[in-house]
Amino acid sequence: MLKVENLNVYYGVIQAIENVSLEVNDGEIVTLIGANGAGKTTILHTITGLKKATSGTVLWDGKDLLKEEPSRIVTHGVAHVPEGRHVFVDMTVRENLEMGAYRYGRKDKDKVAERMEAVFQRFPRLKERQNQLAGTFSGGEQQMLAVGRALMSDPRIILMDEPSMGLSPLLVQEIFAIIREVNRQGITILLVEQNAKMALKTADRAYVLETGKIKLSGDARELLRNDEVKKAYLGA
Amino acid sequence: MPGKMKRNYGICFAAVILGFLLLCLLFDTSLLGKKAVYFNGLIVIGMFYTIIVCSLNLLTGYMGEFSLGHAGFMSIGAYLSAIVTTLIKDNMELPSLVLFLIAILVGGIAAGIVGILVGIPALRLSGDYLCIVTVAVAEIVRVVLSNFGIPAITGSATFGKSFAGIAKVSDFHYVYFTMVICIFIMYCYIRSGYGRALISIREDRIAAAASGINVTKTKVLTFTISAFFAGVAGAIYAHYITTLVPTYFNFSKSAEFLAIVILGGSGSMMGSIVVAPILSALPQLISYVVPAFASYRMLIYAVILVAVMIFKPTGLFGGREFSLPNFLDRMLGKNKKEKG
Ligand SMILES: Nc1ncnc2c1ncn2[C@@H]1O[C@H](COP(=O)(O)OP(=O)(O)OP(=O)(O)O)[C@@H](O)[C@H]1O
Ligand SMILES: [Mg+2]
Repeated sequence: MLKVENLNVYYGVIQAIENVSLEVNDGEIVTLIGANGAGKTTILHTITGLKKATSGTVLWDGKDLLKEEPSRIVTHGVAHVPEGRHVFVDMTVRENLEMGAYRYGRKDKDKVAERMEAVFQRFPRLKERQNQLAGTFSGGEQQMLAVGRALMSDPRIILMDEPSMGLSPLLVQEIFAIIREVNRQGITILLVEQNAKMALKTADRAYVLETGKIKLSGDARELLRNDEVKKAYLGA
Repeated sequence: MPGKMKRNYGICFAAVILGFLLLCLLFDTSLLGKKAVYFNGLIVIGMFYTIIVCSLNLLTGYMGEFSLGHAGFMSIGAYLSAIVTTLIKDNMELPSLVLFLIAILVGGIAAGIVGILVGIPALRLSGDYLCIVTVAVAEIVRVVLSNFGIPAITGSATFGKSFAGIAKVSDFHYVYFTMVICIFIMYCYIRSGYGRALISIREDRIAAAASGINVTKTKVLTFTISAFFAGVAGAIYAHYITTLVPTYFNFSKSAEFLAIVILGGSGSMMGSIVVAPILSALPQLISYVVPAFASYRMLIYAVILVAVMIFKPTGLFGGREFSLPNFLDRMLGKNKKEKG
């Protein structure tokens, strides 16, 4: 279980996150929605150690991730798919995936091969194009690759930052299908989204973030019918 | 494919030995006559240039950060190693090879330590900011060297006036193998897991960090290794030239190293290996023929640099590694098609 408690994060003197608490239970899909600049990315970055918190705790199975080296967090089964398709453009697909398995080092070749096989099974398209440079991939394919790379570390939870950003409606459907697929195989998901409608339809529970504070939270389907949410995020 | 790898190593090893024999033939026999001393000097200079340019390429090509202060690390290696060998030389008799090995180790370690000390705070920066820090470090080192001296070694003189009488132990036989080993170590580093991590940081810092790569540690390690080899190059220089003046290690020296990296191809070790000796020797060769040319050296660089940037913006070897075994295969028409 991932448990964030009373998190406060600053950029210089500006407070980006104010007293945020949230929980993600094992096996759940939890979504965090909010407008641009609400602080969604900041929360994910704080969980995986890319940004330092001022105060608060991030407990993952009872362990405080804020006290961990950022590079060790992935070894606890926490994977992060960063916002904006961060793939290694000058590396091949295969090399990108290998970087995802960096935690296993070079010695555990069997484990890397096993993970690679599992990812290829889920994304046959990546297998077909394993020797293509990631930079020549389309936006949707890069997003798929980024998810594949996260899966390479054999995570128990994946933090996804706006996976649908900049994708055509059809690809958005596909990405969400992948998210549900991955979740069905037992991986917990914390999903940050701008596409509130799709996110709320997909998730079990949701938090609504507004200028660094949790404004609302609850069952995803209920929030979908909530008037406040409808007005602010669903454009109706 | 361990068989193929073994063969590739074999070919590279043969090339190294062949190069060595060629140099021996040129300089250990009277083939070149009186000019041998002069050309011998060019070769040694070309070799230490190769080491320092490769070490800088590690930063620019693989880490994606510019250093305009490599002459500073080089000077630390040069001075520290010269101080140590001068102290040893005055007190005991050692074979020149031992003295040479001490020199390059001391030079490398001294520069490496400064690399760590600078790297830990400075590598939080990147891009232009880091570049400015490296310039500052090199300038501080130069000013310090210009104003200090160690009386036991230099008498009352400061280093700035010139530090003379350093043992001339940078014999080209030693330097050649030092260069080969340095390049080999850097090559292995790039091919190791650390090298992979390094390249991934260059391409995408966030994605690298999200994959569990320790960004700061990898950067500091690389910076340290780069400084170490700059120090080794400095030690070779000191023990070849035997007289050090701090002004040699000025900003334009650092800029020259960077220009060579970019000309050879940022991210291509082979580019550095081919271009560094040529560009270190070329201006000297030209001024040997036309003495007036000496002062136009930087001008030549500038013209070549502009031309390369226009016609081949990625440098002569364009970030790609040139592989001798593959090249041989192609020359001998022994490529895959033949087999299939
Ligand atoms: N590196 C930074 N330095 C200073 N301020 C920052 C930095 N990164 C983010 N911020 C600020 O923190 C706040 C939260 O940003 P964050 O990126 O977390 O928002 P977000 O919810 O992910 O937005 P989006 O939906 O646009 O991705 C914003 O006001 C932003 O300007
Ligand atoms: Mg964001």
